[in-house]
Parts: sequence; structure tokens; C-alpha cells
Amino acid sequence: MSDSAIQIPKRPNILVRILRPLLLIRESWVGMVGLALVFFWVVMALFAPWLAPFPPNALLMPNQPPGTEWIANATHMIGTIPASEYCAAIEGDTSKVNCGTFWLGTDLTGRDVWSRLIWGARQVLIYAPLATFMAYIVGIPMGLWAGYSRGRVDAIFSFISNVILSFPVLVLYVLVIALVGASAVNIVAAVVFASAPGIFRIVRGLAMDLRSREYVFAAETRGEPLSYILFLEILPNARGPLIVDAMLRLGYVIITIGTLGFLGLGLPPPDPDWGKMIAEGRNLLQVFPWTPLFSCLAISSAVLGFNLLADGLREISLRD
Amino acid sequence: MAGFQSDWDGPVLECKDLSISYYTRAAVIPAVQDFNLVLKKNETIGLVGESGCGKSTVAMAIMRYMGKNGAITGGQVLYKGVDLATLSEEELRQLRGNEIAMVYQEPMASLNPAMKLDRQLMEVPLFHEQVSEQEAFDRAVQMLANVKLPDPERVMASYPHQISGGQQQRVVIAMALLSKPSLLLLDEPTTALDVTVEAGIVELIAELAGTLQTSMIYISHNLGLILETCDRINVMYSGQVVEEGAVVDVFDKMRHPYTQGLFGAIPLPSADKTARPLQAIRGQLPLPHARPPGCYFGPRCDHFQAGRCDAGPISMQPVDDTGHGTRCVKWQEIDWGKLGAGDALLPHTDFGESVLSVNQMKKYYELKDTSIAAMVKGGSSRFVKANESISFLAREAETVAIVGESGCGKSTLAKVLLGLETATEGSVTFQGKDLSQVPVQKRSRNDVKALQMVFQNPFDTLNPSHTVGSQLGRVIRKFGGITDGEAVRRRVLELLDIVKLPSDFYFRRPRQLSGGQKQRVGIARAFAGNPSMVVADEPVSALDVSVAAAVTGLLMDIQRTYRTTLLFISHDLSLVRYLADRVVVMYLGNLVEQGTTEQIFSPPYHPYTEALLSAVPIADTSIEKKRIILEGSLPSVINPPKGCAFHTRCHRKIGDICSSQVPPLVDAGEGHRILCHIPLDEMKAMDPVIVQKDAAE
Amino acid sequence: MLLLIGRRLGSMIAVMIVVSALIFLALEAQPGDVATKVLGPYSSEDQRAIWMAENGYDDSLPVRYFRWFGDFLVGDFGESTRFKTAVSDVLWPRLWNTTILAAATMGLVIPISLILGVLAGMREGSRTDRSISVASIVTTSVPEIASAPMLSFVFVFLLGILPGTSSFQNGFSIAELVLPTMVLVLYDFGYVTRMTRASMAEVMTTHYIRTAVLKGLPYKRVIVKHALRNALIAPFTVVMLQINWLLSGVIVTEYYFAYKGFGALLLEGALNQDIFVIEACSMIAVFVAVGTQAISDIGYTFLNPRIRFS
Repeated sequence: MSDSAIQIPKRPNILVRILRPLLLIRESWVGMVGLALVFFWVVMALFAPWLAPFPPNALLMPNQPPGTEWIANATHMIGTIPASEYCAAIEGDTSKVNCGTFWLGTDLTGRDVWSRLIWGARQVLIYAPLATFMAYIVGIPMGLWAGYSRGRVDAIFSFISNVILSFPVLVLYVLVIALVGASAVNIVAAVVFASAPGIFRIVRGLAMDLRSREYVFAAETRGEPLSYILFLEILPNARGPLIVDAMLRLGYVIITIGTLGFLGLGLPPPDPDWGKMIAEGRNLLQVFPWTPLFSCLAISSAVLGFNLLADGLREISLRD
Repeated sequence: MAGFQSDWDGPVLECKDLSISYYTRAAVIPAVQDFNLVLKKNETIGLVGESGCGKSTVAMAIMRYMGKNGAITGGQVLYKGVDLATLSEEELRQLRGNEIAMVYQEPMASLNPAMKLDRQLMEVPLFHEQVSEQEAFDRAVQMLANVKLPDPERVMASYPHQISGGQQQRVVIAMALLSKPSLLLLDEPTTALDVTVEAGIVELIAELAGTLQTSMIYISHNLGLILETCDRINVMYSGQVVEEGAVVDVFDKMRHPYTQGLFGAIPLPSADKTARPLQAIRGQLPLPHARPPGCYFGPRCDHFQAGRCDAGPISMQPVDDTGHGTRCVKWQEIDWGKLGAGDALLPHTDFGESVLSVNQMKKYYELKDTSIAAMVKGGSSRFVKANESISFLAREAETVAIVGESGCGKSTLAKVLLGLETATEGSVTFQGKDLSQVPVQKRSRNDVKALQMVFQNPFDTLNPSHTVGSQLGRVIRKFGGITDGEAVRRRVLELLDIVKLPSDFYFRRPRQLSGGQKQRVGIARAFAGNPSMVVADEPVSALDVSVAAAVTGLLMDIQRTYRTTLLFISHDLSLVRYLADRVVVMYLGNLVEQGTTEQIFSPPYHPYTEALLSAVPIADTSIEKKRIILEGSLPSVINPPKGCAFHTRCHRKIGDICSSQVPPLVDAGEGHRILCHIPLDEMKAMDPVIVQKDAAE
Repeated sequence: MLLLIGRRLGSMIAVMIVVSALIFLALEAQPGDVATKVLGPYSSEDQRAIWMAENGYDDSLPVRYFRWFGDFLVGDFGESTRFKTAVSDVLWPRLWNTTILAAATMGLVIPISLILGVLAGMREGSRTDRSISVASIVTTSVPEIASAPMLSFVFVFLLGILPGTSSFQNGFSIAELVLPTMVLVLYDFGYVTRMTRASMAEVMTTHYIRTAVLKGLPYKRVIVKHALRNALIAPFTVVMLQINWLLSGVIVTEYYFAYKGFGALLLEGALNQDIFVIEACSMIAVFVAVGTQAISDIGYTFLNPRIRFS
């Protein structure tokens, strides 16, 4: 065959190949709402320093209802900065400054709820994906190996995961955190420990289904190594259900982190944490309902975003 | 309530210009267009065509069961003169199962897994004729006996999974007949069954058609089955009937190029590759929303004439006054006698040295009894005898066919050869080395690449996550010793060229390919390392006839060019006759007969081979077959019969010796061996199963 | 069948033994720590030594484990440091309260979610289906920590029709049970509904449902006799596994409403390092979880004739 006869065709643009599947989410309005909610919180988390009107831990003015405009003394310290530098001057009165509005009010110690929610989003959206991702790193190889090889490997891994899964989830978290103490590292570790067995089970099931496909058989007849079969023949075909599961799991991890914060087992103070904000505000729910209620909305909307996104993705993956 | 006359004398069913469409997100897809049909009382009409031609859609439209997105967009369906579109929900319910009943493709899926069969059967009379429970029960038992199910009472008390596939289909037929319908729709009723089981069902249907006052529509992709069951035939292509008429007329005097193409693409058990080469229909079925103007078959037709064939919609043209019609404007100009002429006959190949020699190979699987009782007693494990004493040879450039039905052990044999399992006993000598105990991971790279496989299922033979190019490239890197990216890419394109695929398939993903194209890539993958032997496991059984012919031809071409040994696993004796040089017949793990193709297809026969041959549906009116219907169903491999494995179903059982002693492997001369107790002379005296009518006269 | 049940129970016991060993190792591997936790951080070295000798903590680890396990089996869980009484005295009444709460929750979750799930799955893609599906996603997205304050704000402070705490100060009261139950039901029913819907929708697309329809059976019979029987097998197991989730939800809910239940006890024990309370509570939680899992597996095989008669 002459060289001129061989035309190596052009590969489609890499961006197009990555973006096209993502555009499919447009076809599901449920997925779009989910995507919008997730996008909202991701933007908040990424740009927290610019989007939050006040430092999250600065004591401003306690128990202000939502929408209050704050005219502060110029000497009031916002964090380490005097209000006179932080806020707009008011004409004709040098002792006061206009510091803007507490859109969602302030809490018992005078911190701005909206700023704390934004910074709280940052906490949640760092630790939840990190913990979920690490749980997958642990669960996927074990699940692939057990589901593909069956036999003893499977028996051992399955028993371990059964033991861990036999603990009611929150009982496990409470036990682990009570034993090792609350810190960011420990919370992530606890989430990995408690979620990996569930991921293991799902991946194992998918691998058991995919192992009997003829392309896996073909790879076997070529004498491909185990790692190639697991990660290049089986794993790519399990990605659909795993992405959906990851979204659901992210939502659940957000709930877990919030719940631990609520129970006082979360990240140490004073950094803002949605669960902790609910806990702090709930005793005065009757008089100053905004702190806990807006925190409730924040956590629910973030979880809802991931759940709707998962549902939309599933709907699309089922279509073709 | 529309009352349907039980003594109606007119046509039972009439479809007038019926059009059916499916609504999808993207577009309205016309599935069936201008479908006309007149079904008289006691008549059986066959609907034949390849997948996607709309034949099943017609059946569902008659039942008015088309799901959320299907609808009749034009025309009428008249049942006993009543337009079915005018019926209310309740009237429709009365019609379904009572007047019109249906038999489906997959019997297991059609029966409710959580309900005993007695309930499922009794429901029909209970809800249509308001009879008493006892009456319904008696009728059901009687009907089970009528469809020749042994022990109807036991069947009644069973769940569907407790009986075999053939029995399930008989139950479904019984269920359909319970209310004495005037019209029975059969949608590929035997496609999911083994050949010998299929033969029994087909005989039953033909018999019922004779005795009951029921008209039938028989849907199938298999022309041979249509010949055995139907009076008239409608050939469908891309949503239209392209030819209609009495079965004999259409089979012997076809007047549409597509029909002719179909017949040219089917292998017949009366001919082999040197006598009558298969002719594939070139091109592909058009997508329903991208059909060409005029004749839908135009782009694939040898007689296509621009300006005439693509001028506008073509209507059915009468060929004669017996109702034979064709949707072809040129039917009077085409020379219909020139079937297949002009193609060069393939020359015989000379075989080389022995490449593979399997000797007394056994493969037993240990059935681990994991119950607590067994653990206490201490391992009394049973064995599944997947392969029992298999011996055969395969030479360079030779095609050896392994024939058998499900559970015969042919897949296990392939696994042992490829090293995915190791043999329990015996030897597998491949190119001079015994590989019976060497798993694939321990084989040398040369041994691995020299023995490759083509798989059965086009939907799962390629990894959907990788492009065609990267999958082939991986194999080349693995086997070819080529690592340079450019060289690998060039070799991939070369391979694509060998399997006649364009080079822009390089970046395609499997889901963008049709079934036939995927099989071609699968063949390219197997031949990537220039193997000396390829095991092909039913490589075309999941493909449509015209595509299958092309893939078969391709496989044979490549084999011929590279002088590869081909081990062809199949259940289709016509195809085996067509391409094999030698045949090995297996039943329940035993090799029951082996010899050259010529030897296998003529007496002496092993009784099982004889039955298999008789069971093959043949789409040729000039052929007469001996009818042998095997009793019972395939025994379980876990618990095979003692003595001769075949004795439970054998129609030539000679006595107790069959059920007590393992039969000897009788040498019938020139390498023809038969595993049977029947004396050789008696076997030699058997009549041939397949006889050309003219020759017999 | 019996064998299957036997094997299920066997593996359940195996898991329980491993779990008990893990819990024991985690909490009592270091006798010194146990003594510190029981006697408090300000106890002297001698006090701890005496306590350890008196309570058999000088023995080897296996001996201590088997003694602990034996005591456990006869219901002797040790002394609570926080409540200054035998753990069993606190535990049983607390467990009873939680049982009431769980029963009320499941009593609502099961019928609500099965009915909604079947209605949604019956006609996939219909308006009913979409409303039910979206509603169940929304409610499962509101965790107990969020629904509890929101519901109490509405029902306790805005409307003033329900009590805000459920500590049963003046004896048992249905009114106090309403809010905790509502919180748990709201979070739990969505999941079961979605599982039921998926199962039902899948069954409705099967060929045997088509057979039943084309047999000319009335729609009602197709649903009730042919679809439900198959569609409810999966939700049954989910409902049983839901009890495992409920035990998690119970911790938050009981804590929030000051409900004197088992979850609150576990949390209190954990926060106060009350070892014997933690041990008893976690063992019971795992026992309930593993037990329901076993029941669900056995029930599944019983409901599914393909497994029952094979």
C-alpha cells in the first residue's frame, strides 16, 4: 500500500468531544435546575473573598433582621480593620460610616449570616468533594478487582465491607469522631472509611456484569494484564452509573458534614459551617429565626442541586 | 360493544394502506408505509424481512399496542370487517386474547415469573368467557395436552423458570389458543430456541394451522420457516412490502431484486462454497428517516436506473392474477433467470500441515457444593462434564466446523484452546506444542497471537468506550512488536482496508457502527497479529441475512489469503455446509460424529446429526426433507444421561445398551467417525435426510 | 430454602462477632484509658490501678473480651459513668421510646411511599409521575438538621399547634411524637418512593406485562395481579434496609427534640466518653441493622419464586 493511499483522518477537536456530552444535560430540565444550584454554590465558594460583604467571623452587630442597613461607628473594628476604612463615609458625619446591608441578618454574636453562608459553602465544597473523591479512589480498585476476579478476593473484601456497612452510618461517624476527635482530616477520613464500602459494592456489581462481555473476553485471549482489563476495559464502561452515584453521594456527604457540625462533632470553631450555624441559632429560633432558617435553606439547596443533577444525568443516560 | 361474528366468512383481517410512525425527541419516524394485507379464513401469511423492516410493528399495530410514542398515521386495520380504530378501550380488551391472540419471541420473558402457570392460563377463559374456575382449569389442562406437553398437571403447578424454553413456548401457544381466537399472530416464535426444539414448535404450529379454524400471521426473518408454515408471504424492506404472493410463486418466481438478493444471500444445505457462492446485498438498510426517494432498495440494487427508480413513490404492481405483486417498476425488464451467474466459483484450497491436534481432551468443572450439609460431610463434589474425550485435527488453511446446540460444550472447547481454561485431561497440540495445561498468561507472545478469536455478539465484541483505531492499535502494539505510533496507525488503516472499512472509521466509536461493521472490526482485531488459527464463535448468527453473507465472505477471503486455519463454531448447518471442510458434531459435551462435510451430510449418520439436518429450515422449494422431530428437551449438563448422552431423545434407540453403556466410536472409513451403538451397516442403510426433488424423480 | 436461611443467620452471627471484637478493641484495648474514662481525668494513678484490679482489667485482652462478650449476652452492659447506674436501666426504656418513634415513622413511610411509588411507576413519564418524582427528590434533599428547625418554626412558633420538645415530661403524648415523626418521614419516604417507582416502571416495560395486556385482562388486574407482585419485591428489601438509615436519622431527631430515645443516648454517651453506654448502644444498633438485613435477604428469596424453587 502506498503512502498516499493512507489518509490518517482528523481527530475531532478535544474540546468538542468533552463538551458535547455535557451539553446533553440541557435536555433535562430537572438536570438543568440541579446544575444551576450546584453552579451557584460553586461560584460562591470559589469567589467567597470577593462575594462576601463582610469577613465571616467579624463581630458586627448582634441579632439584626434581614435587610438591615448598618450605619456603624467609624471606630468599630471589623476583624482587624476599622470600619472607617472598610465602609463608605457618610457625608456630614465623620463619626459614622455606611457599611452596607445585612441581607440575611446577623447572628447572636453579630456576624453577618450571608457572609458566613458564603464562606461555609467554601468549607463544604472543599471537604465534601475531597472526601468523596478519596472514597472512590479506595472503593473503585477494590470493587473492580473483587467483581472481576470473584473467588477469595471477593469473599474477603465483601466481608470487610459488610462489617463496616452493618453500622448505621451516623453511628459509625459518631463513634469514629468520638474516638479520634473532630478535625478536618479526621472527618475526611471518617467519610472515606464509611463510604468506600458502599462504592465498593456498586463497582463490584458493575464489574461482575461487565466481566462477561466479549470485549473483556477478547482482552483475556490476548493475555492482557489484570490492571489493563480492570482499568481500561471495565472501568470506562462503568462510568455512567458511577458519575450518577458520585453526585448522589456528594449530596449525602454534604449532609453528613453538616450533621456532624450540628452535633458538635464538626470542624472546630470559629470557621463557619452550615450545620454549626443551625445548631447555634436553633435555641432562639422563635425570636431570631433567620440564622438557622437560612442555613437550613443553604444546605438543602446545595444537596438538592446535586440530587437533581444526578437525576438529570440518569435520565439522559437512560435515553440512548 | 362491537360483536364479532363467529361465522364471519369474509377476510379475517384486512390492512388497507396502513402507515405507522414513531415519535421521538428528534423526529417522526415512519416505521411502516402503505401496508396492505388480506388474510382469509384458515390462511397463514408470512411476514419476512430483516431487522428494522417493520414486521413486528405491524403485529403490534394490529393489536393496537404501540406504546406511548407509536401511532397509526394512515389507513385502516379491519378485523372481520370492523375498523379497529373505532373500538373503545373495553372493546379492545375483549378483542385482545379472545379474538386475536399472540405468541412472542422470548417465551421466558413473556411469562410472569412470579405467578404459577395455572393462573396465567386460566385467566384467559376466566376473563373472556366467565366460566367457572373448574371449567377454566380443565380447559387449560386440555390445551396443554393439545400442544403436546407431557404431564400437563405438573406444568400447571409450575413457575415459568421450572420448565424448559421449548415447553415455555408451548405454554405461550396454549395460552394464545385457549379462547379459540380467529387470528393468531406469531412474532418470531422460535428465534430464541435451539434448532431441534424449533423443529418441534414449527411442526406444532403447522399442525394447528391444519386443525384449528384460525388464521395466522407468521413473522420471521427466516425464509425456510416461512416455507414450512405459510400459504402466502409478504416480503418487507424498510417499512414497505416489496413483494407479495403465494409462497411457491415468490420462492420460485421472485420478481423483486430485494427478494432475489435475500435468496442469494442464504446458504442452503444442498450447496457448498465451491458450488454456489453466497452473494451479499451491497450497502446498508437505509435509516427510517433517511430513505431514498422512489424505490427504497434503489441504492443497493443492481438494476437501478436513475430517473425511473428514484422518480417517485412506487406502488405495488400485479405480476399475475393470483395476487403475486412486486414493488418494482422494472420487473418486466429484468432477466430473473440470471441468479448468481457471472460470479467466479471458488477453487478448492489445498490444506497444509496439521496446525491443531486435540487428543482425548476432557474438561470437567467442579461443582462446588457450598451447602452446610456438604461441608459437614466433607467434599463430595460433583463434576460438570463440559467436554468428554474430544479428538480432532485441523490443518493449515482448513475450515473445521464445530456444530451443536446450547450446552453441547463448544464454548468450553474454545476456552480451552485459547487458554482461558486448562484441560482436565488429554492434550491440545498447537503448532507442535501441547498447550492443554498452559493458561493464556503463561503462553508465549507468539502462541497467543497465533491463536485468536472472532466473537458472536456484535453489540459486545468491541469496547464501547474506545475508538476503533485505539482498540486495533492496542492489539498491534501487543502482538506486532510495533511501538512507533505512526507505524501502528498505518497498520490499523491497513487492517481496516483488509476488512473493507473506510479509513475514517479510525476515530469512530462502536456505537456509531452497524452490527456488520462491528463484526468486521472484530475480524480485523483477530487477524491483527497474522494468526495461524482463528476460532470464530457464531460470528454471523446475530446479523441479518444479507449482512451475514458479506461478513462470511470476508472471513473466507481473509482466511484464503493468509492460509489461516479456521475453527468455525456454529449451530447453523446450512452455513456449515457452505464453508466448512470438515465438521465435528457435538452433543452434551460429547463428540458424536466427525468427518468431512460430504461425509457428515450423507449417510451413515449419527441419529443426532440426522435429526439436526432434518431440523434445518430450508428456503428451497425443490428440496424434500425427512421429518424427524426429537422428543423432550435437552438434558442438563450437570446431570447428563447415563450411557449414550443422546439416548433420552434418540429416535433410533436400539435398546437398554443405549442407556447403560457408553457407545463406541465407530470408524466409517476415511476418518469418518460416529459415536453410536447402531451397527455400521444399519447406519449406512439410512436414507439421506435432504433430497433434491428433481433428483429423486 | 432452610439452608439459605441458615447460611444467612450464620453470616449474621459472624458479622456480629467481628463487630463486637472491633468495638471492644477500639474502646477497651488500653485498660488505663478505660480507667481514666470511668474515674475521670483527675483520678490518681493508684485509684485507677485499684479500679483496674477490682474490675479484672489486669487480665489478658482475650480473657477480658470473652468475659465482656459473655456479660453482654446476658444483658449486663456495665455501669454508666454519666447516669451513675447500670447501663441496662437507662438503655431499655430509651430503646422502647425509639421503637415507638421508629414504628410511627415506618407506619407512615411504608404505605405513603409504596402507594406514591406505584402510582408514579405505573405510567412512566406522566404528570403524576413527574410530580411525585420531583417531590421525592426535594424531600430527600432536606436533611433532618434542616427539616427539624424549619418544621418547628412553622408548627411551633408560627402556628403554635405543636410542642417544640418531645421529652415526655408529663408522660407519653401523641402531640409530642408528631414533629419528630414528621421529620423522619419527610426525609425517608422519598428514597423508598423512588425505589418503588423505578421497580414498578421497570416491571411495566417487561414482556410479561405486555402478554397480560394482550391477553385482554382488565387494566386493574394487570396492575394488581401481574405488576405489583413483581414490582414490590425490590421495595421490600429497601424498606427493611431503611431501618438502618432510620437509626442514623433518629440520632439527630432525638437530639433536636430532646426525645429521650436510644439515639440521643448514644450521642450523649459518645460526647461524654461513657464507654459502656457507647458499647451497648453501638452493639444494639449494629444488631438491629444486621438483623433487618438478614430478614430482608430471607424475605427476598421467599418473595422471589425463581430463587425459592431452584
